[in-house]
Amino acid sequence: MTMPFYVPPEQVVQDKAEYARKGIARGRSLTALACVDGVLLCAENTSRTLRKISEIYDRIAFGGVGRYNEFDQLRIAGVRHADLKGYTYSREDVDSRSLANQYAQLLGNIFTHEMKPMEVEILVAEVGPDPASDQLYHILYDGTVVDEENLSALGGDAESVLEGLRGSWQQGMDLRQALQAAAAALSGPERTLTAGDLEAAILTRGGTGRAFKRLDDETLGQLLGTPPAAPAHSGDAEPPDTEAPAHSGDADAPADAEPPETEAPVNSGDAEAPAESGGTEPGGAGAGDGDASG
Amino acid sequence: MDVPLFRPGSDPGSSFVELLRAVDHPQSSQQLGQGTLDAGHATTVLAIRYADGVVMAGDRRATAGNLIAHHAIRKVFPADRHSGVAIAGAAGPATEMVRLFQLQLEHYEKVEGTELSLDGKANQLGTMVRANLPAAMQGLAVVPLFAGYDRRRSIGRLYQFDVTGGRYEERDHATSGSGSLHAGTVLKLGFDEGLNLDAAIELAVEALYYAADEDSATGGPDPIRGIYPVVATITTEGFSERTTDEVAAAFERLQGRLRNRNRSDYPAPRDQP
Repeated sequence: MTMPFYVPPEQVVQDKAEYARKGIARGRSLTALACVDGVLLCAENTSRTLRKISEIYDRIAFGGVGRYNEFDQLRIAGVRHADLKGYTYSREDVDSRSLANQYAQLLGNIFTHEMKPMEVEILVAEVGPDPASDQLYHILYDGTVVDEENLSALGGDAESVLEGLRGSWQQGMDLRQALQAAAAALSGPERTLTAGDLEAAILTRGGTGRAFKRLDDETLGQLLGTPPAAPAHSGDAEPPDTEAPAHSGDADAPADAEPPETEAPVNSGDAEAPAESGGTEPGGAGAGDGDASG
Repeated sequence: MDVPLFRPGSDPGSSFVELLRAVDHPQSSQQLGQGTLDAGHATTVLAIRYADGVVMAGDRRATAGNLIAHHAIRKVFPADRHSGVAIAGAAGPATEMVRLFQLQLEHYEKVEGTELSLDGKANQLGTMVRANLPAAMQGLAVVPLFAGYDRRRSIGRLYQFDVTGGRYEERDHATSGSGSLHAGTVLKLGFDEGLNLDAAIELAVEALYYAADEDSATGGPDPIRGIYPVVATITTEGFSERTTDEVAAAFERLQGRLRNRNRSDYPAPRDQP
């Protein structure tokens, strides 16, 4: 019979936390912002089928970063929780606070009792009748719940993304401004994310029923002021830049040290748009009022 | 109410009904008593395919025996964005079935991230009707109609069911309920390929009118209370209910036509003393 070594509990917790943090840091980030049109969720994600942002219920959305299979399991559990609750009581009784608490219990339990903690961070967002009543719950791998106001960032680069968001977020932003701010914050100073690299959805404010609406590539491109990356294959020499989205050549650092043709920090994509497709890009329309993005 | 997590072997998947079973929800284990209950089978609901999709309509009356239980219940509901369901039969189980069906479609869509096909939705409803068979044997039958806009094929499609859950797709029109015989005849005579919206609504209203004329359990238009049948369209734009004013206007036009037709100098037949 083997004699187990004594490991102090502090050590166990620390090791688990470090393990979880490492796993999460490998993934790309996700943000959420409250704006006048609703709550915008935006993540860096090149896949169009494996989603990070999803619908939970009428006014509630879910965002997850880290290990896909783990946060997807949590997402489905959340949908089940919400649908069961709405069926048992009424649709009005489904709220994000109770769901966030349930998630926290679950993650906390797994963190303390299981061998391996979940390598995820999740966000539960609920849209209210006005921006002040929006709710954003950021839940960490160990069950810590953070009730965030207006802005939230999750994932490996959460801190720098949040910093970028804080710099550009203002009261009364509309969807376009919020999306441009989110894209800029997710991009960071060294690269530009285009519609093809982003996944975004909005919980629209003021409607009835299901508020969750996914923004497709075309809408994203229009809002960002860049044409969607995919339909640009019009036989020209430029390689489709969907393949290497993270570091394509047209970087637009707001500060310095990058190619000459940069001017605006967020939507500089339209600088190269006319040359690329020459066809039906919505860049012109988008560029019209794509100014407020400092 | 906790967040349900399942082990891979016992996961209910994307079905909400299975989920209810897996968490032992009281709804999933209802026991029926013995004996039969005469809850009536009173309604007329119908669906017509027209140029842009489907028109669905239903009267507003609920009966209990020879009494009118309710003057303004709804029998036509959206099932999801691009489909609708109309119910005939026992009101309680029928509305409950609609609620569960709506939730089942939404639940599937959210869990799977994609909608069921229109056939898949119709099959789901068939399964629910079949699950209701024991209750149907005791007089609580539910016989719905299902219709939707099939966005993969760009056409409106309609489905009829029988009490055992049999699912039958209809090409042009379908009816259900106690007044379905009369309404069905009107539809059969008035249907034309490629009806436009106004003509389809007119035909639906006429069918309901004649059903209410012959069947005591079907309610006609009630201008005093302002209660008119529910008429909805399902097109590529989705499910949308027509306004009461629009339906009322269609009934008024019908009344005008009928008055003209009945104006004659021939004396009305008199009853024998």
